[in-house]
Amino acid sequence: MIRIFAKEFNGFLHSLIAYLVIGVFLTGMGLLTWVFPETSVLDYGFADLDTLFSMGPYVFIFLIPAITMKSFAEEKKMGTLELLFTKPLTDWDIVAGKFLAAFALVLVAILPTVIYYFSIVKLGNPVGNIDTASVIGSYIGLALLAAIFCAIGILASTLSNSQIVSFILAAFFCFLFYTGFDSLSSFAGENVLLIKQMGILYHYEALSKGLIDSRDVIYSISVTGFFLLTTRTVLGSRLW
Amino acid sequence: MSLQVSHLTKIYGSQRAVNDISFSIQKGEIVGFLGPNGAGKSTTMKIATSYLPPTSGSVLVNGLDVVRQPMEVKKIIGYLPEHNPLYLDMYVHEYLHFVCGLYKIDGARVKERVNEMIDLCGLTKEQNKRIESLSKGYRQRVGLAQALIHNPEVLILDEPTSGLDPNQILEIRKLIKQISQNKTVILSTHIMQEVQALCDRVIVINLGEIVADDRLENLLNKKGGLNTIVVEWEGEITSEELKSIAGISTVVQEGKIFRITSESGIDIRAELFRLSAAKGLSLLSLKQEGNTLEEIFKSLTTKEVVA
Repeated sequence: MIRIFAKEFNGFLHSLIAYLVIGVFLTGMGLLTWVFPETSVLDYGFADLDTLFSMGPYVFIFLIPAITMKSFAEEKKMGTLELLFTKPLTDWDIVAGKFLAAFALVLVAILPTVIYYFSIVKLGNPVGNIDTASVIGSYIGLALLAAIFCAIGILASTLSNSQIVSFILAAFFCFLFYTGFDSLSSFAGENVLLIKQMGILYHYEALSKGLIDSRDVIYSISVTGFFLLTTRTVLGSRLW
Repeated sequence: MSLQVSHLTKIYGSQRAVNDISFSIQKGEIVGFLGPNGAGKSTTMKIATSYLPPTSGSVLVNGLDVVRQPMEVKKIIGYLPEHNPLYLDMYVHEYLHFVCGLYKIDGARVKERVNEMIDLCGLTKEQNKRIESLSKGYRQRVGLAQALIHNPEVLILDEPTSGLDPNQILEIRKLIKQISQNKTVILSTHIMQEVQALCDRVIVINLGEIVADDRLENLLNKKGGLNTIVVEWEGEITSEELKSIAGISTVVQEGKIFRITSESGIDIRAELFRLSAAKGLSLLSLKQEGNTLEEIFKSLTTKEVVA
């Protein structure tokens, strides 16, 4: 698993994908948080990072599928998957290695935004006037959300030989799981809460209040696990 | 017994790719797997490497079942898949290190092992390049290096020389010959000369069934089909005159050269000599063509299609 992780992560670094992802994410978030007047923290005057945490997931809906679309689609197309399958590796090694590599890359992209937090701590009036618990909760929420998106992306990548198809599928499912259930719940008469709870947004918002509820964490981990298990099942289907 | 295949059947949808084949390969043998495209060679190899499951039957590699003990099987097999897939964006060293890691080769030995493989496979000049920038022949060497890096007991090579130019083919063959000492090697091909150059034994497979499994010499000597004799005369002789000799089935004239086929088991050379003496013609050449591998291949693999 570590070998696959290392290979994938090195692959990102070799192929400019890593730099593009980090660059695009940080440029986008930087502009939204500090420069564009409608969303800039400096203009609206509240000492929080709401912009980052509300826009971040939308950027991820496009960025994470772009990271993961290659992972299996290309290996299938090039035939290198046969190479991996005939080495002494379990299917889990391959899935987990690829998932963790994508997840690690996203975490690296998020990491520099910690500077935003310290900037706001300094800019606050009085200095240090920021809801630290909420920021920590939001970061945990964002990381868990990224994990779900990566798992969706990896799964989408096993479903097709084409990277474009994988990308579109992944972006669609990320969107569906992020806000789709929330929007759908407006149709449901009495089961509104149930349907809302199936989506990521409900749990993400709960975490961003600064309250780390085990239910939200368990939700995220189980959804991630579910998609990874499905991925492994798809790969294992060659043996049926 | 290095490889034991018994009653192996593989069905894709409604197509029987491999149909109840059985054979076994002793340790140290080099076996050529011969057959037309789509005969089931690759499928058999993919099953033997635990990549695909058999529909029925079993494959044992060194006594290990490919379905029940895939991990153990994968550790002792070196496999070069058809079309030699490689990570093109990796460097040769990087790739070989990666493969070493997959086989959990002891960290201290990795460097040494990679260098050994680079030497053995003749990659010294190309070792610092990206795989992408290598020619097909060198890529094939990288593919062989990755298959050999963990010193496998059984080597399975699926069309190791396909798509190479004649010089590269010779080089790769030499390399295979060199690395195949003390190893069991199974290689598939549809080039007869390859089998002749490399293998002790040949298994001919057609439409998912084994049509011949023998040592190469036996297969070559086996009388089967027709004998061909090429004769050249000085002077005039007609096909009709030749056909008067008993046992001749066809005569094809190409200028002064006659290509005469007769039923197997009948030697018509003496008769031809007598005929030319009677007609007062000088016999310039008389050559018997043995059963070449091509002819054997053709006769073995086309009969089945008609049936």
